[in-house]
Amino acid sequence: MASEYTTTEYIKHHLTNASMCNTDSGIAFNKACADAGFWTWHVDTLAWSIGLGILFLWYFRSVAKKATTGVPTKTQAFVELVVGFVNDNVVSTFHGRSSLIAPLALTIFVWVLLMNLMDLVPVDVIPTIAGLIGQHGFGMDPHDVYVKAVPTTDLNLTFALAIGVFFLILFYSIKMKGISGFMKELTMQPFGHWAFIPVNFILETVTLLARPLSLALRLFGNLYASELIFILIATLGLWQLPLHFPWAVFHILVLPLQAFIFMMLTIVYLSLACEDH
Amino acid sequence: MNINATLIGQLVAFAVFVWFCMKFVWPPLMQAIEQRQKEIADGLAKSERGQKDLELAQERATEQLKEAKTQAADIIEQAKKRGSQIVDEETQKGHAEREKIIAQGYSEVEAERNRAKEELRQQVSALAVAGAEKILAREIDAAAQSDIVEKLVAEL
Repeated sequence: MASEYTTTEYIKHHLTNASMCNTDSGIAFNKACADAGFWTWHVDTLAWSIGLGILFLWYFRSVAKKATTGVPTKTQAFVELVVGFVNDNVVSTFHGRSSLIAPLALTIFVWVLLMNLMDLVPVDVIPTIAGLIGQHGFGMDPHDVYVKAVPTTDLNLTFALAIGVFFLILFYSIKMKGISGFMKELTMQPFGHWAFIPVNFILETVTLLARPLSLALRLFGNLYASELIFILIATLGLWQLPLHFPWAVFHILVLPLQAFIFMMLTIVYLSLACEDH
Repeated sequence: MNINATLIGQLVAFAVFVWFCMKFVWPPLMQAIEQRQKEIADGLAKSERGQKDLELAQERATEQLKEAKTQAADIIEQAKKRGSQIVDEETQKGHAEREKIIAQGYSEVEAERNRAKEELRQQVSALAVAGAEKILAREIDAAAQSDIVEKLVAEL
């Protein structure tokens, strides 16, 4: 708890990523990286997200390797439930044929869900453990050890997902309609007259760019806000006990919902990209 | 919280994860699910067919049972008829036999009586002759009186 912090410091500490950068004097961490600009790496975001991604893939892969067509084990039944759920959504929304969309949707859903679920770990647990390790293992001041365990509260991650989806939107648009068709879609809608081409282009570009932007900001905003409120609740002393519980229960709904929305919108955007207007 | 190189790292990670999922996770799972769906559908179809077969077989069995019952009834009916026929025949035969035996007995008795009568008659005629001979002594010529004796005998 925040015994030796002021509340502001406590909140700030919990909302700061562990960063790593390359300076003139070698690899530097955290505060030393304040001036490093773009070439800073959020090692906690990277480690947690990649770790969770590998956990997801390892778990599903291990089930997939042993998958039987007969009576499934309980683990297999669970995995098939998730896969079937995603597949149903893909089939009902995406009418083209693609071997990429469904695995993409599965990866997004499960990966984002796992990262979101880190939000339910009490906010002090991981920073405290990391602080102890930093203090006793590396002789650091625990105040200088930063860990933000929920990768989806990092804009870099949500934007990386959204940009990946955006590239796929562009790829499918061009693949399905050709460059000229895609261009036509950007310039001849919604007003089908040559005089409106600049207006159309502005409107359609905004529409196009709004998709990844909204994807990234929605996930980030929701998770950042809920994490912030978890931290605020944690500063309340004893009162956090009755408050933390309903907020956590509420997030049993919110966290999967955000993962589902991200997956669903990805499918919808890609299905729009594949359709001729 | 600002945008930095982490974005690139995450983008790469995302791409690798999606690729891995597409190559090694999705196809085997989907294949297993679809295969099982097919097996279940086949199984259901088979069970339906089996059900139909069973119904058919039951129908046939009932039919055969009914047929067998009627046949059995027929056979019993015939057997009964035949039985009573045999009894009738035997009774008739018995009757005839009895009649025959009785008739034979009568005729035997008749023959015996006739023979006895004949014998008796002869003896009586002999006795009468002997008696008459004794009574009339020598006067009576046996030959001359024989017609009287014979008349006597015939009256017996």
